[in-house]
Amino acid sequence: MRTILHIDMNSCYANIELLYRPELRDRPVAVGGDPEQRHGIVLAKNQLAKRAGVKTAMALWEARQACPDIVFLPPDYPKYLYFSRIAGEIYGEYTDLREPFGIDECWADVSDSTSVRGDGLRIAEEIRRRIRAELGVTVSIGVSWNKIFAKLGSDYKKPDAVTVISRENYRSVVWPLPASDLLYVGPAMTRKLRGLGIRTIGELAAADPVLLTGVFGKIGLVLHVFANGEDLTPVNNEFYETPVKSIGNSTTTPRDLVTEEDVRITLYILAESVAERLKDNGFKGRMIGISVRDSELWGFTRQCRAERPTDISTEIAETAFRLFRDNYSCERPIRSIGVRAGDLVDANAPDQTDLFHDEILRDKLRRTDIAVGDIRRRFGFYTIQRGLMYCDPQLSHVNAREDHIIHPHGYFEDGNRVFMPDRSAGQYIKHG
Amino acid sequence: MVEISPQKKYIQVNVDYMPDGRMIPRRVTWEDGHSYEIDRVTDQRRAASLKAGGTGIRYTCRVGRQTCHLFYEDMVGRWFVELK
Repeated sequence: MRTILHIDMNSCYANIELLYRPELRDRPVAVGGDPEQRHGIVLAKNQLAKRAGVKTAMALWEARQACPDIVFLPPDYPKYLYFSRIAGEIYGEYTDLREPFGIDECWADVSDSTSVRGDGLRIAEEIRRRIRAELGVTVSIGVSWNKIFAKLGSDYKKPDAVTVISRENYRSVVWPLPASDLLYVGPAMTRKLRGLGIRTIGELAAADPVLLTGVFGKIGLVLHVFANGEDLTPVNNEFYETPVKSIGNSTTTPRDLVTEEDVRITLYILAESVAERLKDNGFKGRMIGISVRDSELWGFTRQCRAERPTDISTEIAETAFRLFRDNYSCERPIRSIGVRAGDLVDANAPDQTDLFHDEILRDKLRRTDIAVGDIRRRFGFYTIQRGLMYCDPQLSHVNAREDHIIHPHGYFEDGNRVFMPDRSAGQYIKHG
Repeated sequence: MVEISPQKKYIQVNVDYMPDGRMIPRRVTWEDGHSYEIDRVTDQRRAASLKAGGTGIRYTCRVGRQTCHLFYEDMVGRWFVELK
């Protein structure tokens, strides 16, 4: 039986900022986007802000309404990534099977260390104390024999605590919890489960798996397995990287986009970043997609086949722009927009050229991209720009690659690595 | 971006970089020009300073009869001390 830890940094961004601001530790504090650029939502809040009713993902103005003397701090992702890395190095002293889940969470399989370092509880307590002493922030740790219960354990007691979920206590600790606490049970699923008379994890565990599969499909069986502590998904090795399926960038623009030129500028900015990242990762995309959200927050996505597999910013931008014009009738100003390259292929794979595309021109455009990237790396991002950007300096002052937008990885992202028991034969089967 | 609280003071330190990669602080120089030689480093470990507000490698140093902590804030590559 495995010993798995789930380590969760409490109020991660907020507590990291408060380490550096001792004078704010007694004030309600929230870390949120820059109100000037209108990305303003609460990314993290400390205990005092939480008590005043401030919730993550609230708009900054809502947070101020709930808590008038709240202090807002802008996010500083390089700092959080540093803390995540150092914490990861500390966990790494106990196991090489450590799998980050976002910036502030991490699974660690310490089964092989228990003979040397003590049991799961002992290791967890040591890690908890060390993070506090060495990084000045607190963590909650869940200890169990599977990833799902370990994560429930870290949520159980906060902050600065360790919770063990064992074969002896899981029925009394986990099963009374609401079904919505289980990983991958969101608001819609919670409603549907309630419709079946299932409110708690225990009720989900006791439900008929055939019924669950009938109603929810595969995910029904998966959740049943989760609820019974039977998830066998391994904790990935620290060097494991999930396969990249698409590369994209999106942004909420400094001001609403009103004209077609506004949209073109923004699409080019995003396409430049996507093109560079494609090249850096050795991919070309055969599919280009856009996502659009307007000022009423109505949105859509569209995609189309690229004429040729591409990693060229001009091609990506023009394809995206064509998709936009064909699908948006410009009734309302645009608030946010995104560009994505998918259906990725190896950039070095032999490429069947045809008579209809000017490969010499394409090669020139590609080499221009590379030269521009080089100049930006050496002299700064804004030292060279397309002429189009000078038409609107405010809109074009966006560095899509460096100004981080973090996407957390999903549990099922690497579809075929979710392991579940084959109950009939008593063996493992791969699900996904 | 690292903010500075009143209890956190970035200082000038002369450091020896050893062939094996170790860093050994040798001399601390204050703003007023006074400088102190570090006789011995008795401990070295990662630690956070809640008082000063930061984290780094904490060197416990003997200066004459006194013991003090110097922090190497590796995130930004600067040395700080906790002020009383």
